[in-house]
Amino acid sequence: MQKGTYRVKTGFAEMFKGGVIMDVTTPEQAQIAEEAGAVAVMALERVPADIRAQGGVARMADPKRIKEIMNAVSIPVMAKCRIGHIAEAKILEALGVDFIDESEVLTPADPFHHIDKWQFKVPFVCGCRDLGEACRRLAEGAAMLRTKGEAGTGNVVEAVRHMRLLNDQIRRLKEMSRAELVTYAKEIGAPVEILEMIQELGRLPVVNFAAGGIATPADAALMRMLGADGVFVGSGIFKSANPEKRARAIVLACTYYDDPELLAKVSEDLGEAMPGIEIEKIPEHALMQYR
Amino acid sequence: MKIGVLAVQGAAREHILCLSRLGVEAVPVLRPADLAGLSGLILPGGESTAQWRLLSRAGLLGPLQEALKEGLPAFGTCAGLILLAREITNWPERYFGVLDVVVERNATGRQVDSFEAEVKVEGLGEVPAVFIRAPAIRAVGPKVEVLGRYDGEPVLVRQSSILGATFHPELTEDLRLHEFFLNLCGKG
Repeated sequence: MQKGTYRVKTGFAEMFKGGVIMDVTTPEQAQIAEEAGAVAVMALERVPADIRAQGGVARMADPKRIKEIMNAVSIPVMAKCRIGHIAEAKILEALGVDFIDESEVLTPADPFHHIDKWQFKVPFVCGCRDLGEACRRLAEGAAMLRTKGEAGTGNVVEAVRHMRLLNDQIRRLKEMSRAELVTYAKEIGAPVEILEMIQELGRLPVVNFAAGGIATPADAALMRMLGADGVFVGSGIFKSANPEKRARAIVLACTYYDDPELLAKVSEDLGEAMPGIEIEKIPEHALMQYR
Repeated sequence: MKIGVLAVQGAAREHILCLSRLGVEAVPVLRPADLAGLSGLILPGGESTAQWRLLSRAGLLGPLQEALKEGLPAFGTCAGLILLAREITNWPERYFGVLDVVVERNATGRQVDSFEAEVKVEGLGEVPAVFIRAPAIRAVGPKVEVLGRYDGEPVLVRQSSILGATFHPELTEDLRLHEFFLNLCGKG
């Protein structure tokens, strides 16, 4: 019997496909998410929109809060640790969290490195903006990827940018000769053997979700149309006027993204979406995606 | 022969790949019309609660229930087994209820306890298996045959042309359980 193998980690991520993973800050919100049909919840103290608004150092959530949420639902519970914060990750693993998001939404702890995720039994998901970043995270042992987007903005444009870039780079990679691939690996800072694997598969070797700015059923459908395996919704649900209804609508939109009539139906009368922010209005140092 | 794979949520792609490698036409099932002309249906892993809610909200539940009642051969893996089971010990809902077994959700614990192992299957020998936050089969009815055990506990069961596994054969390269299911579909 072998626990914590890469197959067990990436296989678990495969089970999320077509699903929605929702940020929650209380056990009650977690139950609303479960009832709406979320495939997992992300246990947090503050959603990204509040982290952005309040500023200061954003850290791993209080273990007590995470345990309360784990006890409240039967679906998997994820939690975030700071980039490079090995100790926070060890704590989350000890708590029995099902997946760790090494996340740019929290304040980075290590200016040089991400966590060596091979040293853990618990699987990790990491954000990426392009193929180079995706390959580096895979080299460190990430079992699942997501776009970074720009969290807490309710603005999907950055998630679209990151997904489009990735798609375009994989499309070009497929046509490359061995010599071109080696040069390309150097250009984008990607390990050659991981690029070779992606070239052979014709896609990323792990599940890739969209995240960062998804606020409506149409946003979720758009990301699925662009090839995302599923979506994370952060502030978009519990910062909106009617979380239950919106959560259910986003779950349906994520599965039936190719059915415009159904999308129209579920998008109707959802109440106010979360307030959005234009990316150009955010000072560069406050953009989370460059972390 | 055409086999459907329930694709509202979860690991449908892996099952479709397994079936394609066996030279069988495999189609994702998302709408009632997708059930037409199927010789069998695979219910993949994923989150059983999410899958059920999608099935009921998208109008697929009634037609699926009908097809299963009429004897459409089915193979449920992990969450799929939970959807087929007669009873769930630690969850208030009951889903299709066509397989006479009592299951416990998330019985192996949290993800850090998920594992791979070899499972002893009658007539096939050792089969590689991936258990992910796996359910356990706590009791089986008189018409249910236990085909595979791990650590003495049932992990693969059959009731006529319905097959249920607590693990994921679709995450391995071994296609024997898919072949076994196709044989059940052929007889049906």
